Amino acid sequence: MRSDPSDYQLVAPGSLHAAVSLLAAEPGAWLPIAGGTDVMVQYAAGKLTARKLLSIWNLPELRQIEIVPDEIRIGAGCTYTDLRKHDVVPRDFPLLASAAQWTGGIANQNRGTIGGNIVNASPAADSLPALLVYDAELILVSARGERRLPYLGFHTGYKKMQLLPDELIRAICLPRKFSNYVPYARKVGARNAQAISKVCIAALGLLSSGAAGTPRIEDVRIALGSVAPVPLRLGETEKAVQGKVIDRALLTLARQTAIREISPIDDIRSTARYRATVAGNLIVEFLDRMGATPDPRADKLKDSGLKNGQSR
Amino acid sequence: MANDRIIGKPVPRKEGREKVTGQAQYVDDMVLPNMLHGATVRSQVPRGKIKKITFGPGIAWDEFVIVSAKDIPGANCIALIVDDQPCLASEFVNHPEEPILLLAHPDRHVLPKAVAAVSIEYESLPAIFTIEESEQRSEIIWGADNTFKTYLVEKGNVDQVWDQAAFIVEGEYRTGAQEQLYIENNGIIAVSDPAQGITVWGSLQCPYYVHKALMKLCDLLEDKVRVVQMETGGAFGGKEEYPSMIAGHAALLAMKSGRPVKIVYDRMEDMVATTKRHPSRTRHRTALSKDGKILGGEIDFAIDGGAYATLSSVVLSRGTIHAGGPYYWPSIRIRARAVATNAPPHGAFRGFGAPQCLFAMERHMDRIAQTIGVSPVEIRRRNFLKTGQTTTTDQTVHELIDLDKLLDRALELSDYSLKRKRFAAQYETSTQKKGMGIAAFLHGAGFTGSGERYLNSLVAVEGCADGTVRVLVSSTEFGQGTKTVLSQIVAETLGLRYEDVTVAQPDTVEVPNSGPTVASRTVMVVGKIVQSAAQGIKQTLQAAGLLGDPYSAEEFSAACRNYVAAHGPFRSLARYEAPAGVFWDDAKYRGEAYAAFAWAVYIAEVSVDLNTYRVTVDNFVALQEVGKVLHPILAEGQITGGVAQAIGMALYEKVIWQNGRMMNGQLTNYIMPTSADLPPIRVFFEELGNVHGAFGAKGIGELPMDGPAPAIVNAVVDALGIPFSSIPLLAEDVFEALTAQASLPGEPQPIGGTR
Amino acid sequence: MTQSPAKKDDGKCELSLDVNGERKMVRVYPMQRLLDVLRHEFNLTGTKEGCGEGECGSCSVLIDGELVNSCLVPVLQAKGAAILTIEGLAAHEPARRLQQAFLECGGAQCGICTPGMILAAVHLLDKQAQPTLEDIREGLSGNLCRCTGYMQIFEAVLEAARRGTSA
Repeated sequence: MRSDPSDYQLVAPGSLHAAVSLLAAEPGAWLPIAGGTDVMVQYAAGKLTARKLLSIWNLPELRQIEIVPDEIRIGAGCTYTDLRKHDVVPRDFPLLASAAQWTGGIANQNRGTIGGNIVNASPAADSLPALLVYDAELILVSARGERRLPYLGFHTGYKKMQLLPDELIRAICLPRKFSNYVPYARKVGARNAQAISKVCIAALGLLSSGAAGTPRIEDVRIALGSVAPVPLRLGETEKAVQGKVIDRALLTLARQTAIREISPIDDIRSTARYRATVAGNLIVEFLDRMGATPDPRADKLKDSGLKNGQSR
Repeated sequence: MANDRIIGKPVPRKEGREKVTGQAQYVDDMVLPNMLHGATVRSQVPRGKIKKITFGPGIAWDEFVIVSAKDIPGANCIALIVDDQPCLASEFVNHPEEPILLLAHPDRHVLPKAVAAVSIEYESLPAIFTIEESEQRSEIIWGADNTFKTYLVEKGNVDQVWDQAAFIVEGEYRTGAQEQLYIENNGIIAVSDPAQGITVWGSLQCPYYVHKALMKLCDLLEDKVRVVQMETGGAFGGKEEYPSMIAGHAALLAMKSGRPVKIVYDRMEDMVATTKRHPSRTRHRTALSKDGKILGGEIDFAIDGGAYATLSSVVLSRGTIHAGGPYYWPSIRIRARAVATNAPPHGAFRGFGAPQCLFAMERHMDRIAQTIGVSPVEIRRRNFLKTGQTTTTDQTVHELIDLDKLLDRALELSDYSLKRKRFAAQYETSTQKKGMGIAAFLHGAGFTGSGERYLNSLVAVEGCADGTVRVLVSSTEFGQGTKTVLSQIVAETLGLRYEDVTVAQPDTVEVPNSGPTVASRTVMVVGKIVQSAAQGIKQTLQAAGLLGDPYSAEEFSAACRNYVAAHGPFRSLARYEAPAGVFWDDAKYRGEAYAAFAWAVYIAEVSVDLNTYRVTVDNFVALQEVGKVLHPILAEGQITGGVAQAIGMALYEKVIWQNGRMMNGQLTNYIMPTSADLPPIRVFFEELGNVHGAFGAKGIGELPMDGPAPAIVNAVVDALGIPFSSIPLLAEDVFEALTAQASLPGEPQPIGGTR
Repeated sequence: MTQSPAKKDDGKCELSLDVNGERKMVRVYPMQRLLDVLRHEFNLTGTKEGCGEGECGSCSVLIDGELVNSCLVPVLQAKGAAILTIEGLAAHEPARRLQQAFLECGGAQCGICTPGMILAAVHLLDKQAQPTLEDIREGLSGNLCRCTGYMQIFEAVLEAARRGTSA
């Protein structure tokens, strides 16, 4: 433990209103801390530069999951356990449920929050590729009110995001329009649990069940973690395969396009070459499975690689 | 009393209840009044001369106790074998994280800032980091030629075999450093009293090693140093020699301040600054007849010892002796050396040289099999040692070990033949490739050769006032079951209830020196001496006319109570007796290296995911002959625990070095298997007995470390056909090898996925 | 209901914590780790520090019945919550069954991971009285054990669960 607690201030105002008021009064001075699974690790390592912390842990306004007809709104303070336990998430948003399941161990799932995952903005964050493919939108809140923006593009660079110094993430909105899609999620780490990902993928696919001829890709969404400074939606790759039949040539095209779109690095965990090839392998596996699924609406969870959420 | 009344039974762990209720006292749980906390200022360069030390601004330095090499009353060294390692660097540093200064303060939280505020200027010197650089000798960093130790073993006439050989197979095999990763970090509390001397409490394996080191460092006589072992949260060799260093540091701070001092490392400091398993390189060149029998060979075995000698000579010794595996070598030449690099000194870790060279031997056997066109099973059958044959050091195998049958049993238990057929059939169509691998090996228990004679272990068994019997040994409990098994041995020997025997917490003021708790010697060697001492208690009571023959446990207790009431508590001492017919020639490095070998065949079943290149162990069979199983639960636990650590060594645990410094010193990036990673590990025992061990037991603590890595890599080779020869074998390594193998040049091609 | 730290010159605040069913008052820095408050203020040393990074689980406690790594919890955030440590498990089923099963099956060797492991197992059995082996592997995946290789820990949890049915 390499920090001195007496050097730090931590306040817990107890309401969202009080929290954003404090941020408005002193923008940039207070670092919000929710479950602490990232901030407290930095703190123990003596690497936490912030000295004033604002606890937003367990604020009731941030820890709800609201369900309306066309979307769900997940409070930014919801923990991974909250996500796993709530019926609607595994049912309608299985990619997010998988990500929650393979984030750390149970103890860290009980404290880590989806909002924290976004704001910590690690390129390796487990939940963020799922948010990208689900077309997530964020509701940001401050003393000035609320604003809503697409999650795609929220991260503008490594650890840079469109969050103003007086803002918190209030909720993550996911449209309820993906129940017909084939989901595919995999996390590749150094071990089966408690691993920071070397590559992770969240993908959704929809085949057109055309009246005549072979099914074609009607819609495909692919996002990867750990292959760029930010979690990445592979727009080029998606465009390249749009409307096409899934055959060997397509798989090769998808892989080649994806490898050009991503920019993995060598780091303490893995190598750029490994990440690039594995990313390609996972995309190919996804499309391959998508093509092998006779009716996209039947057994969509079968064979999607989601059993146990393990990276097997 | 018949044997196997308590021996062989799953009696409750002596200190188990405290452990499961959270009451067991580890060193960081202890607080002394007026206590200071200590911290270490360490070198940031791999090699250099210290030019200037500046105590930076912003710290109330007058509140700190500061110790440097100048404060050392005795010799500035950590006494062990060669005494070359300074306790605190004074003029030169020879590895990153080398200790230079010590700080102490009442508030543990202010120490990290203070450590960071000490700036040290160095004149950097060229540093070396690999075995090859060290052997090159363009930079000499230790002694005359960077070499801590060499051994040469010669048997038969190796130079003659090459001409007769139908096959000559060569191979080079490498193993990396591995962190012991006990879940409790190193920690010590020291107290200094001008009259009474130094007392230390700590997490440690060898109280008398620490005792000897403190005597020399603090210039104190033996009755002025007291070392007490506390409940120790894992050790595995990582707390064999290192505690002498941290104890020395705490003692110096305690002497200077006059107050108790506690030093407890955090995980990063423990990982980067303390000992690890020696990295190794083994080169084999083997001559075989046309039917695959070994005619002879040469083995070159080199280990990287880091910057100071510490225990490298002994690690080298064990590796040298085990290098030939469980095979018959009509002739052999083994050249072994331990060399210096500018890394923190490497040290003891379960297996102690044997896992390194047995990895090489077992990989090499599979390579031989491949080369000459026989199966991995067959090549071993043709070369296994048999009763009556001699080992590489000319030790005759007297016991009736049948390795062929052991192999048969392991193959059956693991369903080897059937599974391999199935895997081959699935080969073309699966995104996973599966394989199976074998490792056959042996492990000698106890100190090598004349080592046990040199240790000259002494134990005591005491009759107590309440009629119970107490065992006094310096052998420590750190999870492996020392207290439980020694109690079983005494209870069985004397016909007592298990509950009537206790084991004293090792405290050098009270317990004799039964030697270090290492080398898989505690049950087998120390246990046997404890047996003798126990019999001495009985003899005393019988001689006093207080105990008949036969007697009941109650009668014994009563006799003991009566004796103590009359004469006070009494002890029976017993000393190690070298077994007859066990002779070792230190000069020629030949003879009976160990009083007993345990034998094993391990079989691993793996799958390789062709999309992620990850290797997973799916099933594991660990079959071993161990003399006698004294406690079924503890024995099985030793095997599963050792196998798990070896799986880590093979597939997960990589130390990432940069200029001699470990860069991944956190549990988030030094990867140890979790409960979600390990296969079912099935453990089976055979018992041939052992005349040299208590109740026929052989040491088993280190045995399970030797086999899994080669079995696993052999299985991966079986699955992929690529001759991997170094560990750890990570997914990235599998990926690079498969890519290199793929036919198309240029960009990495996928294997799997698209078919 | 303000949770601001009481204004003291030294930055400490008065906190009331519910630990093992007892109300305890402490004066601590709000950023002191719950782990350190348990060990140093309350002398509840059964909860251990193995890594300080939330990886090893030896600091596991239950907060309001949920398993957490106490090395990652600032003490201020534990205010108002019911904290359960290894010391508080004495009368708690399935803890006693688990402790007994650990003793019989060899689930504890050196013992340093054991308090956290038992907390994690208690949490698992609280949620799932009859876990499968896969459930156990997942439930304990945040608790590292270097001694046992986990096999006998799995057996202990399965045995404790089995005994729960006949209770």
